[in-house]
Formats: sequence, C-alpha cells, structure tokens
Amino acid sequence: MHAPHTERDIKAMLAVIGAPSLAELSAPPAGLEIKGDLHIAPALPESLAYAHLRDLAALDRTDHACFIGAGAYRHYQPPAVPYLATRSEFITAYTPYQAEASQGSLQAIFEWQTYICLLTGLDVSNASLYDGSTALVEGVIMASQATGRRKVAVSKGVHPGYRAVLRTYADGMDFDIDELPLAADGSTDLAGVAADVGAVIVQSPNFLGCIEDVAAASSAAKNIGALAVQVIVEATSLGALKTPAESGVAIAVGEAQSFGLPVGYGGPFVGFVACTKEHVRRLPGRLVGETHDVDGRRAYVLTLQGREQHIRRELASSNICTNQALCALFATIYLATVGAHGLRAIAAANLQRARQLRSVLLQLPNVSAPYDAPFFNEFVVRLPIAGAEAVRMLREQGIVTLALSDLESGHDNDLLVCATEITTDAEIDRFALALKKGLARAVAAV
Amino acid sequence: MPEPSDRQYTKEHEWVRIEGATATIGISQHAQSALGDIVYVELPKPGAVLVKGKPIGVVESVKAVSDIYAPISGTVTAVNGAVEDDPAKVNADPYGDGWLAKITVADAAEAATLLDSKAYDELLKAEGH
Amino acid sequence: MPSLLFEQGEAGRGSDFVAPSGTPSDYLDSSLLRADLPLPDLAEFEVTRHFVALSHRNFSVDTNFYPLGSCTMKYNPKLNEAAASFPGFTDLHPLAPDACAQGALKLMWTLERTLAALFGMESFSLMPCAGAHGELTAMLMAKAYHRDRGDDKRVTCIVPDTAHGTNPASAAMVGYKVVAIPSTSRGRTDLASLRAALDDTVAVCMMTNPNTLGLFEDDIIEMTKAVHAAGGLMYYDGANANAIVGLCRPGDMGFDLMHLNLHKTFSVPHGGGGPGAGPVGASAKLAPYLPVPRVVRVHNAGAANSDATEAYAFSNDFAKSIGPVRVFASHFIALVRAYAYIIVHGAEGLRRNSELAVLNANYVRAKLKDVLTVPYADYCRHEFVCSAETLKRETGARALDLAKGLLDAGVHAPTMYWPHVVPECLMIEPTETETKETLDAFVETLRSLVKQAHDAPESMAQLPLHTPVRRVDEAQVGRLANKGIGLRWNVEK
Repeated sequence: MHAPHTERDIKAMLAVIGAPSLAELSAPPAGLEIKGDLHIAPALPESLAYAHLRDLAALDRTDHACFIGAGAYRHYQPPAVPYLATRSEFITAYTPYQAEASQGSLQAIFEWQTYICLLTGLDVSNASLYDGSTALVEGVIMASQATGRRKVAVSKGVHPGYRAVLRTYADGMDFDIDELPLAADGSTDLAGVAADVGAVIVQSPNFLGCIEDVAAASSAAKNIGALAVQVIVEATSLGALKTPAESGVAIAVGEAQSFGLPVGYGGPFVGFVACTKEHVRRLPGRLVGETHDVDGRRAYVLTLQGREQHIRRELASSNICTNQALCALFATIYLATVGAHGLRAIAAANLQRARQLRSVLLQLPNVSAPYDAPFFNEFVVRLPIAGAEAVRMLREQGIVTLALSDLESGHDNDLLVCATEITTDAEIDRFALALKKGLARAVAAV
Repeated sequence: MPEPSDRQYTKEHEWVRIEGATATIGISQHAQSALGDIVYVELPKPGAVLVKGKPIGVVESVKAVSDIYAPISGTVTAVNGAVEDDPAKVNADPYGDGWLAKITVADAAEAATLLDSKAYDELLKAEGH
Repeated sequence: MPSLLFEQGEAGRGSDFVAPSGTPSDYLDSSLLRADLPLPDLAEFEVTRHFVALSHRNFSVDTNFYPLGSCTMKYNPKLNEAAASFPGFTDLHPLAPDACAQGALKLMWTLERTLAALFGMESFSLMPCAGAHGELTAMLMAKAYHRDRGDDKRVTCIVPDTAHGTNPASAAMVGYKVVAIPSTSRGRTDLASLRAALDDTVAVCMMTNPNTLGLFEDDIIEMTKAVHAAGGLMYYDGANANAIVGLCRPGDMGFDLMHLNLHKTFSVPHGGGGPGAGPVGASAKLAPYLPVPRVVRVHNAGAANSDATEAYAFSNDFAKSIGPVRVFASHFIALVRAYAYIIVHGAEGLRRNSELAVLNANYVRAKLKDVLTVPYADYCRHEFVCSAETLKRETGARALDLAKGLLDAGVHAPTMYWPHVVPECLMIEPTETETKETLDAFVETLRSLVKQAHDAPESMAQLPLHTPVRRVDEAQVGRLANKGIGLRWNVEK
C-alpha cells in the first residue's frame, strides 16, 4: 500500500473538510455500490508478490535460441541505455507541457527528432508515435489529406500485421486500400498502381526480407501526383541502406524498437514519422521546437499544438495525445551510445550473421531460398515440409522460429528467418543441426 | 478604444472595408488580442468563391485556433502573402498591413446586416471586453 | 548550459560493440547503400554526463508534487520496475509460440479477468497503446456494431462540453459529427439537454464519471437509460477511474464500452509523455467486436513435461472482431507494471486508494476555498476545479501566473484552462500518494502567491525565477515551425 495516511491523518483531514467519514465523500450513489465479491486475488505482501512475478517470468522460455524478426528485432542493448533512460527524473516525469519544468524531456525529444531526420534524410520528424503499425496509419492519413485522395496503394511487401491494422482503421475511417502484388523475386510489382491513389507505399527491407527499389516507387508516385511513403520496420537497416530521402520519398514511417528497446513480448515500442518540409502541418502528435527564454537561454518547447486534440478537439489532425517519450529516450540514448561508427559496425554484423546463417541452412538437403534479392538481416527459407510442422519440431529442440504461413497465405513451407549481431555461431550451428535432424526424421516418416 | 469607422464588422470579429465593387477583409483588434501571438494564417486561394458566414480560413496562435468566416460573399482576387510569411503582422496592425484578403463583392445588399464601428464597440462592451 | 549531442563528440569515439565484420559495402552493392551516416560519435561517459545533466532539468513524480487534474500522477512503485525488467518478460519475442510464453499469457489473462471484474465489463482488450488509442478502438467498435445492425443513420457522437479533447477528436476520426451538451450550474452534464439531443442518429455518447470537474454525474443511470432507449451506446472515458476503483463500476452504471489509462489509475509511470496503455472494456453486447488477438484459457491436453492442467493462448477466433489496432498484442511491459500494482493491493487496497484519493482532493479543496474561487458547492471526488477569475479581475494575475509561481516552489502546475466552462480554471488532483504535509505546503504556497499578486502584481508575469529556463518564446518557434524550421538541429553553414 503506497498511500501514506494514518488514522490520525484521516481524522484531522475529515475535520477540516467537515465530513464525518471517508464514505461520505467517496461512496457512490445508492444502488451503484459493488455487490458481492469481485473474486480478485487478495493483496500479496511485497516479497510474495515479487516471487509470484518472478515465477511467472520463469514460465517464459527465453532460454531458447530465437531466430524471429518480423517486426521485433533482438539486438544488443548497451547497459548504458536502460541505466540512463530509467532514471527517476525521466521515467516518472509528465508530458512536457510546462517547458520550464521539462527541459530534460524536451531536449531529449528534440535530439530524437534530429536523429530520425539524420537517419531518414528527411526534413522534419515528430516526437514519436505508438509503434510502426500505427505510424503507417498516420502516414496514410497524411498522404490522403495532402493529395485529397481517399485511396492509397500499399505493397503486399509491407508487414502483414501492419496491413491488418491498416484494414481495421480503413473500415472505420475515410480511406481505401489498394494492395500491390509482389513479383516472383519478392519485390513490389508497381505496374498496376492506379492513377487515383494518393500514396504509393512500400516497405524496405520488405516483409520477406528483400531490399526494394524504393526510388522506383517514388517515380511511380510522382507520375500520378501521389506521395511516396517508405515503411521501415527494422531500424538498424538505416545504418547501412539508402535513406528514404535518397530514394525520393515524401514521408517515411516505421518502427525504432531496434534502437535499444527489448522485444518485450510486443511493447512498448516506438514509431516514427518523418517528412519533407511542406507536410509539417500534417504531422500528427507532438513536435518539439527550439526557442529562447526571457533571459536569452536556448530552450525547447512543444510547438504547433494548434494541430493537436487539446486545442483543436474534433478538428485535430489526429486524436493522438501521447508520444512514446520514454521509448524514444531509450532509442536516443542508444543512438548516442553507438554513434555512427557503432551503428555502421552493428549493421555490418547483421549483414554478416544473416549471410552466414543463410549459407549454412542452404547447405541442408532440400532447403532452398525462394527469393534471391539482396537482403539485410532477414530472409525466407523454403522446406520440404510444412513450415508450421518445422517450427514445432525445432521448438522441441530449443530453437524458436516463425512459419511464414502464420502471417501470410501462400507460404505453407516457408520460414521467415532473422539473424542479428547477437546471433552466435553456436546458435547457428544448433539451428542447422536441429533442422537437419528434423527434416531427416520427417522424410524417413513418409 | 473605438474601432475604425471606415469599415464594418461581424459578430465573429472580422472586419470588411467595401470600396464599390471590391472589398478587403481582416480580423479585428479584439480578435488578434484574444488569440495572442499568431503563428500561422491559412488563407483561401485567389479565385476561391466565398459565401457569407462560411469558414474561409484559419488563424492560429500558440494557444488557440480560430476559423475566419466570410463577412460577405465574393470571389478572392488577392491574399496578403506578407501575412502568410510573417503572421505577426496580423497582431501588429490588424486593420492595415495585417489585412487578409481582397475580394470582388457578390451582393452589395449583404452589407446591410453588418455592424458599424459603433455597434461593434457595443458588442464588445456587452461581451465584457 | 547543456549542449546538444550533435554539438559534441568526435568521429571514431565510442566503444566496440560487435566483433569486426567489415563494412556494409562488403555485403551489398553500393547502389543500395546510403552515402553517409552523419550521427555523432560519443564516448559512453559523454553520453552518461549528457543525460544525467538533462535529468536534472526535469520535474518528476519522484522529485516533485504534481497536482495535475485528470492525469493521476500517483507514485510509481519500484516493484513494478523490477518486474518490468525480468528477462523472462523483456526477452520474449511477441511472435514466440504460445507454449514458450505461458507466464506472459497467464499474466495477461489474469489482468484481463481482474479488470473485467473491477469495472463490471464482460471483457477487455489489452491491445491499445494509450487512452486515446483505446477511445479510437471503442469508436471503431461502436461503428461496427451499428453497421452490423444495418443502421446507417447513426452518425452523431454526443459529448459533454467538459469533455477531454481526445473525446471529440477520436469521434471525428471515425467520421462522427460531434454534438456538445452543456453543464448545469451544479457542474453536472444537463440531463434535459442530453435528452433533447437524442434522436435516431446518435451512435455513441461519451462520458467521464466523475466528470472533469471532479463531480459524480448523479443522473448517470437516467442518462444511460435515455441513450439506450434512443438506440445509442454509452462510452465511459476512464481517465477519472481513480475515484471509483473498488467503489462502483461503469458496467453497473450502464456503460457499453470504456477505456482505462493504466498510466494514470494503475501507477504505470508517465515516462515523460508515454508509453501508456489504454485497455478497452466492453459489455456482453459489444464484446464480440473487441480487437484480436485475445488471450484465452484452454485445457492443457497432453502437453509434454507439464503439470499445469490449464494453458493460455492467443486466439483470433472472434468473427465479429474489428481486427487488430496495432501489430503486436499489447504494451506488455506496461501491463506487467499494472499487474504488479494490482497484486499488492487486491480489491480492498484498490478501494482504499480510491477513498484516500477522494479524501486528499477534498482536503485541498476545503483549504483552498478562501484562497481561490471554488465554483461548485458539492464535495468533489478525486479532483476539483477552482478559478483565478476574481484574482485576474483584482490584480491582473492569471491562472498561468500562479502555475509558473508554483514551479519556483518545486510544485508542478495543475491542469489549466480546461474545462472551458470555468474561466481561469485550475484543475487539481493530488492523488492518494501524497502526505497531508505536502498538501498543506501546497495550499500555503498558493496562498502566498495570491498575496504576492495583490502586493506586487507586476512581479507575477516574471515567474518563474528559479527554474533551469524561464518563460519561453512560443510565438517565434511556432512561426518557424509552421515552415518546418527549428524542429531539429542543423549543421552550421
């Protein structure tokens, strides 16, 4: 119990208020009292609560070697990151509406906004969004508003989970989705882009791991007066690959979880959105700008709040009331800690590890790679058995993998495999051995 | 302080100065003061057709956003680019350099329902300003 | 004065994080690679000094009192932080097979059952990332519900004029037309006006109870009846749940949909503006529309090496679901914190917290009555509003000036200028985790600021004097920001 009141406090306070009892103040009107037992577990003393939580965590098999990416990436988290980011003054701070009381948070957000601009090459970025999937929704809304067109074209190379979220929102809001098919080589087929779409949206690296020709998507968009949007789901790739700006896109959206945030069973993560200058007023959520105080000191402050819900109410550019401030702080501290030279080396390590894993797996009989497009740290392997069966069999041997059929149809025998800089040689060899054994058994059973 | 008598006013705190077939539109001294420091003005495009009483643009300050309503109907012939570039002009000189748009007047009879400077002053007093 | 990260560092500084693996051009054609990576290189100690220094320029619950109405800035217990960093939770991939995630799934399932019981709802979705996200989710569900019934006429959303800005914003995002209902002189939403606004175009009525003035909507049963009779749905904005947990339940009041803010009521820290979590609750009528996937409990037939008779799993088997509102199932680490908070309190402890939150608010209100105007005569619940309108008339000092003065005393400003029905409004919510001494000191600080306003009115606009920066120029940055300038650091030309 964290409320500090003693009986003496309560008595003294009630006397000042002039009320006879706590119930006089807080009891609900007649008829609304809770009736009966709520059947909620009784309070645990703290040491037992700790043990209970520890036991729950122990039921999760994080001791298995995990080769899943698909929108959440296991990377090395330098201890400096949580050590600094979870300082009381950051973690228990409120939204920085009072600039005088929040320069720590505000400057950190300004630094995040700058990092996202430097990484994407674009002009402006906001203070962050919930995650990559909702950032995609916001990007679609921006493009739709900018062009006045309800429909947007979204590549099937965009993460299926992201597209499912987009469909949920499209159902209830005023936009339509055209899906662009993938060609046999795993890249987006832009031939069928309709002339009335407001945006052409591709993910690179895409969901199958393939690096896309984003510049081609930008041209296709330009030809029909639409905006090009690039989705980035594995932010570490920004340490190596051509930037959204270099590819000519107007808006970049995505997920920055790879920058120092644990995979945490799904979150919280941190979405980003960046755009060219002309779209700044369409950016959703919070923005931090640089200014001066009355004494001439440089200071940071929330700005352009006229777009936001607390002022504009039903005319707001979005309903979003938050950014993922603490998660953006994790990412900012990560980027500061690794720097350009660290991020480049980490990106190179991802490229190397994934290629080593791929080459080891492809040496196994009847295992193939259906897409030979360049890739970053994720790729597809095709097996002679159902992916779901392979996943089950691998898990029994302490290897955690993902069947592509879980997320997308038409990939019954495919696994989506990821290796990062923390994937070890031993893990790679164990994976290959387990797969070899399992496939041999499956073939023998036929 | 009495408002300039060379123009008319609306209840939504716009002013319009009609000179024959053309008119100039802006927001009043009270409006700019109530808004505070103006950071952005969104104006209609030249050629846009305005309908009396309908929103035609937006004035945004640090703490508030206000729609601008057409005081009378007409077609926009020019907008004040200087104010788009430097919105502070609206605060500094709402009746002069802070003008917003020029229009051709569609129906001169609409001016009959506008407030003259005396009536607008009385409105402000009644609202407690 | 702190410099930016980009004004520090030197190329090549920093640790080696990985075994040398060459450079990206060893693996990919240069046409696929970025030309440069213009991020600063810093040594770890430079980063540490930078962020420790920044932390000293922040207020926080762990350092300051935050009487912020509607935000519930209660203490964030450290057991929550310990649990949130267990590797069994942090290292678990969201797409890991259910068999590898039984601890996390059991936590989610138990949390969901607990919230359903506490708030009188059939079920909850733990998916939304924040309160506003939860609101939007609920609006999407309402829309789907009416569409399913073949009712296309339902295009209006009713909100009280005291509603939080996200309410109309969320409603507008799904295309609803927003109609505002006025409040009475008693500070409650006017039942007669609500009845008059009801017709067959009403889809949803969004309410907070207690409302944003801190007052319990005594007509709530009549209101939910009236809205239901008109064919509409009732939505409960859970921002003020800290007044009612364990005392009464939105489900019993007749609400069909609701959201919670775990970062308010359930002590998940605010993090400087996020992340939060905004679970959405639904009555039996609306539960089929909740987002998927949802956590279900299954009987554990033949799982190897397991004594458990029950197991937990994600299920998408809900045909009427609106679908997912984000890519993974939840802000799981935030849920861990809320769960830790609940298990040390139990229903009794949660109820006690609500009672003490209401006690603290009424105590401050009673003591402030002779300092500022308290417009409503009734006891408040967990928060109350007061007005500096008289002070403004008498001295020119405004609510804003009082707020800035509080900063000098190490107290964060209360919520200001909302709801709009009260001029020069200050909304104060102490929460239950503050001592009587802190509350007494707060009242005395306000009293002395009011005195200062009378004695030296011209000094008020100078406040604050002692914070790391003083009042900032918001106009200049606003004008530049509209042109896309000043929102990031740029290399000096």
